[in-house]
Amino acid sequence: MLSKRIIPCLDVRAGKVTKGVAFLDNVDVGDPVDMARYYYEQGADEIVFYDITASSERRAIMLDVVDRVARELFIPFTVGGGLRSLKDMRAVLLAGAEKVSIDSGAVREPGLIAEGAQAFGSQCVVLSMQVARRERSRQLPSGYEIVIDGGRLPTGLDAVEWARRGEELGAGELCVNSIDRDGTNLGYELELTRCIVDAVSIPVIASGGAGAPEHLLAVFNEAGADAAIVASIIHYGRYGLPELKEFLKEHGVEVREPYRPQRSSP
Amino acid sequence: MIAIVDYRAGNLSSVARALAFLGHACEITDRPDAVARAERVILPGVGAAGATMENLRALGLDQVLTEQVIGAGKPFLGICIGIQVLLDSSEENDAKCLGVIRGHALRFPATTDGVRLKVPQIGWNRVNLLREHPLFDGIPDGTYFYFVNSYYPDLVDSGDAVALADYGVRFVAALARGPVMATQFHLEKSGGAGLRMLDNFCRYQAGRDAL
Repeated sequence: MLSKRIIPCLDVRAGKVTKGVAFLDNVDVGDPVDMARYYYEQGADEIVFYDITASSERRAIMLDVVDRVARELFIPFTVGGGLRSLKDMRAVLLAGAEKVSIDSGAVREPGLIAEGAQAFGSQCVVLSMQVARRERSRQLPSGYEIVIDGGRLPTGLDAVEWARRGEELGAGELCVNSIDRDGTNLGYELELTRCIVDAVSIPVIASGGAGAPEHLLAVFNEAGADAAIVASIIHYGRYGLPELKEFLKEHGVEVREPYRPQRSSP
Repeated sequence: MIAIVDYRAGNLSSVARALAFLGHACEITDRPDAVARAERVILPGVGAAGATMENLRALGLDQVLTEQVIGAGKPFLGICIGIQVLLDSSEENDAKCLGVIRGHALRFPATTDGVRLKVPQIGWNRVNLLREHPLFDGIPDGTYFYFVNSYYPDLVDSGDAVALADYGVRFVAALARGPVMATQFHLEKSGGAGLRMLDNFCRYQAGRDAL
């Protein structure tokens, strides 16, 4: 069966990574290509880049980053942040990304999910959801609300309903980010992740809150996530990717072992 | 020159980038004469079987592939949709395919042993080798590769299978008959192992698999 995926996330602003890896000597910690290469070599199963500026004039810089990454890293990588049209999505995919992640743009214009799936295939379209915990209500039966624009703007959309809608419209995967846990290192929002996993039949990527190996174990075993985003847990050197994978493997989670070349047959 | 067949769908550039990284010259082309002239041919990509076959026929590439590439004994590599194209037919759009390898592409079941199966499978799966083949030179049994697929090959002659993977069902992840080879997984997205196999294909010399 499939291994559980661990996906480092790099926040990029104007072509530079905003959170660095302080402990690395030989890597330009600001350079997204160098950082991606480092995580690739460490056994990342995929990589996600979020362009957190994403204005139209900055888009060209990001496309250059995507192009450079695609020339030397041969694992899937996703690009998100500010994609608002089919044209935006096409540009990123042509530059070499395997998938696009759409977020606020899809909430404003849900047809974007269907258009993207139609044009490029569902497997290219990741619907990314920023989710906040709320009181359960008639409008928010799951007790989780979709927020947009970097978490600032509540939408009144129930997260589980939006997840189902996204799947119907043709999203190939869902990335569920808890804005309550994001940046806290307190662990993933397990209840939220479980709710979404149970509601859809496409892969769910959990995001927000990873601070210890146990958090990954819990999100895979208890919440049923297919993949997990990691950011500060690895960016600041507290843990390395091989160490996280080793821990998960020891606890019975199937993770991908990196390829070790075998001597050629004579 | 290696031709990468452009059938107006899918992302072909990642295979071209991988070959460039490995130092092999290649050309993405939809021209029958260019495909016919190539020393070896790759048909990659994600897509629907029906649309892929329609496009191949409309471009006049189906006959070139069967007669002037595969029929002429040139090395051919199908990736993902490229494995389905080789079969007799696919359950997807009830498409009639090239019929080079006897078999049929089937959709993964919605459940297996009462457990819901997510279709398509998206992610890294372990590949188990059934026999040696030059395409897998240097690849240990049980290596993980990146898959994105809803359909899998069900072969008439199990002797064509080279490797299996398990996703609710045990399915053929790679096949080969002489210089015709195909993988269900994405060599261009499978890290070092995928690059090694692409390199193996580019260096493949007919006759070596008759060991």
